[in-house]
Amino acid sequence: MVAEIIKPENIVYAKSKMLTDAPMHYCPGCSHGTVHKILAEVAEDLGIQDKVVGITPVGCAVLLYSYLDIDWVEAAHGRAPAVATGIKRTNPDLHVIAYQGDGDLAAIGTSEIIHACNRGENITVIFINNGIYGMTGGQMAPTTLIGMKTATTPQGRRVDINGYPFKVSEIMAQLPGTSYVTRQAVHTSGAVRQAKKALKKAIEKAYAGKGTSFVEFVATCSSGWKLSPTEANKWMTENMLPFYPLGDLKDS
Amino acid sequence: MKEEIIIAGFGGQGVLSMGKILAYSGIMQNQEVTWMPSYGPEMRGGTANVTVILSDDRISSPIVHEFDTAIILNQQSLDKFESMVKRGGLLLYDPNGITAPPTRTDIAVYKTAATAEAAKMGNAKVFNMVVLGSFLKVKPVVKLENVVKGLQKSLPERAHKLIPVNEQAILRGMEIVERLMPES
Amino acid sequence: MSELRLMKGNEVIAEAAIRCGCDAYFGYPITPQSEVMETLMELRPWEAGGMVVLQAESEVASINMVYGAASTGKRAMTSSSSPGISLMAEGLSYLAGAELPCLVVNVSRGGPGLGTIQPSQADYFMATKGGGHGDFHLIVLAPSSVQEMHDFVFLAFDLAFKYRNPAMILADGVVGQMMEKVALLDPRPRRTREELLKEAGSWATTGKSNRTRNIITSVELDPAKHERFNQKLQAKYAEIREKEVRYEELLCDDAEYLIAAYGISARIGQKAVELLRAEGVKVGLFRPITLYPFPAEQIAARARQLKGILCVELSAGQMIEDVRLAVGNGLPTAHFGRNGGVIHSPNEVVEAMRRIFEV
Repeated sequence: MVAEIIKPENIVYAKSKMLTDAPMHYCPGCSHGTVHKILAEVAEDLGIQDKVVGITPVGCAVLLYSYLDIDWVEAAHGRAPAVATGIKRTNPDLHVIAYQGDGDLAAIGTSEIIHACNRGENITVIFINNGIYGMTGGQMAPTTLIGMKTATTPQGRRVDINGYPFKVSEIMAQLPGTSYVTRQAVHTSGAVRQAKKALKKAIEKAYAGKGTSFVEFVATCSSGWKLSPTEANKWMTENMLPFYPLGDLKDS
Repeated sequence: MKEEIIIAGFGGQGVLSMGKILAYSGIMQNQEVTWMPSYGPEMRGGTANVTVILSDDRISSPIVHEFDTAIILNQQSLDKFESMVKRGGLLLYDPNGITAPPTRTDIAVYKTAATAEAAKMGNAKVFNMVVLGSFLKVKPVVKLENVVKGLQKSLPERAHKLIPVNEQAILRGMEIVERLMPES
Repeated sequence: MSELRLMKGNEVIAEAAIRCGCDAYFGYPITPQSEVMETLMELRPWEAGGMVVLQAESEVASINMVYGAASTGKRAMTSSSSPGISLMAEGLSYLAGAELPCLVVNVSRGGPGLGTIQPSQADYFMATKGGGHGDFHLIVLAPSSVQEMHDFVFLAFDLAFKYRNPAMILADGVVGQMMEKVALLDPRPRRTREELLKEAGSWATTGKSNRTRNIITSVELDPAKHERFNQKLQAKYAEIREKEVRYEELLCDDAEYLIAAYGISARIGQKAVELLRAEGVKVGLFRPITLYPFPAEQIAARARQLKGILCVELSAGQMIEDVRLAVGNGLPTAHFGRNGGVIHSPNEVVEAMRRIFEV
């Protein structure tokens, strides 16, 4: 009976061939897995498996190279845009995609991301913004909202002590080297479909030599936020999205 | 043959390029050469000096504490380097701006009025070549033909038309250099 | 055939990079080595040969651009001076941990801190012992002439690729700033894609066509596996120590004393040897050319005939630790060196020999 149902003509959804069989190590409800999945699907759609190099960050996504069946380079903390620059400049025929979190990109790696975007490196940068350091145990990130509790802001982030949450995409959109800057999320199936389109466009534009594509994902960290996956999605919608609104910031 | 030379003066007098031409001339006659400048903020407008060594054999230290020849183009450099000329060595200086001339009697002291001569030639830029000519008259460590070859090699193509005037300056330098005898 | 020119050490690094088929240079200006990138920009090697030259936003970015290009099997390099190399420490550790070949040139200056732009040799520890976290070594070459600045660019890339390990040319401000006669080797063409794949295709991230994917990484969260990886690295370093030691001896056959020095101090030391020999003192020069691997056995072998060794360095004494490890405590070893940007003269070395060993 089951064997009769499982036939190619009946398939409505399958795991992308670009995803390996390695079980992901992410916590339940984490956005990373979904973003990995759409990256795999977009790469498959574009047929670029043989000419793409990805760069993984230091942070929760450090092991991303285990999950997507492409060539990968693991970068030092914050340095992915410089590594991507080195790869792309010497290999203009490759698609180069850097994947970074908010600590990696918006704190320790601010210099590298600003200058890569300002030079207009023809690379795609995926920026996961969940407002927290997940890997090291939930400390404050530059993008942590005011009042948000983290391991290093146990009473909530205070402006007088910690300054303001950092709107990275707004800054990247200002730089002449970027051609496409967009903010997406993957908390609903509609958002996922939207994000996939944006990511595809980003990779195509960078490869066409238009400049840097910058795709921010407002993301959840249920463990770091100490919420269930459903609560995390709700909290993100109610708190993160008003401050980090979704949509294209620049498309030139 | 080994000749250890210090050339010292103000920045802008062509000290470094004179050393470079001398070094290139050495290469043209199959010698080993080193050219070691002072560098850094002191070069910006202040004094400049360069040590040039020409040798038939492998050169050990490009840094030396005494010199066979000191070519001195301002008072500060004279004050600094007169004592560092080897006994029996050569000190060649341009008297322009020198208020306290050299006093050593155990070295050969020569004078070249190169500043005045370059002015007479109507070309202040050939000043360093006049000095070079004076030096080569006293110590022909490189042949004139090799200096010309060195100029050809070190100057960009577009500057090659300036080689004859430089050669002329070197010849003038050879004529005007004069030995100062120690007062006894 | 080779071409003779009068060149600065820093300029020749650029010229040699192009001639040895280097694919990319990434750098950030710092005295006393800015001429390297300036010369490259002047020569525009991207036009004829396709070599990438890029001024980065920092030394941190430079070394990580090198890491990126090296990941794809390219011959990539950077150059800097002491404070800039400190900033590259993280990247050097990653390069070693990911087993990537590359060339880093350090034209060192006086420190610590911002220090001075004048020459120094105070980065020996950083180059040979540290230069980043973890159990790793760079292959370190110490040129003492402009000719060696040229030759070691070729050699460093060859060794880096042979062992898949970053190589460093540890020069000093004197060798970088002085001009000497140099014989330039004929240009080697940059490798074609096929040649690159032949040399590095088994590990480089060139896009995974017709093979399993390549991953460049230095992370391994399983301690047992990571220990095995470290043991593999150590085995590589042991092979390097066995096969790649380079050094020079001058007038050592009958020597009773040795001046041990590298880089510009070896040149100054050689002059001191000449001066002392003229007085009848039996002294020779021992010059390590590879600082890692250090010629420990070779200096130890020479030590048997000696009464003492004077280590001459433009530092407070760093290489002397390796000399002492090699020759043991039985032989008097002493340090002499000016530092902080002051350069010792040959006669100061002679005086030090007289004072310390009463020769």
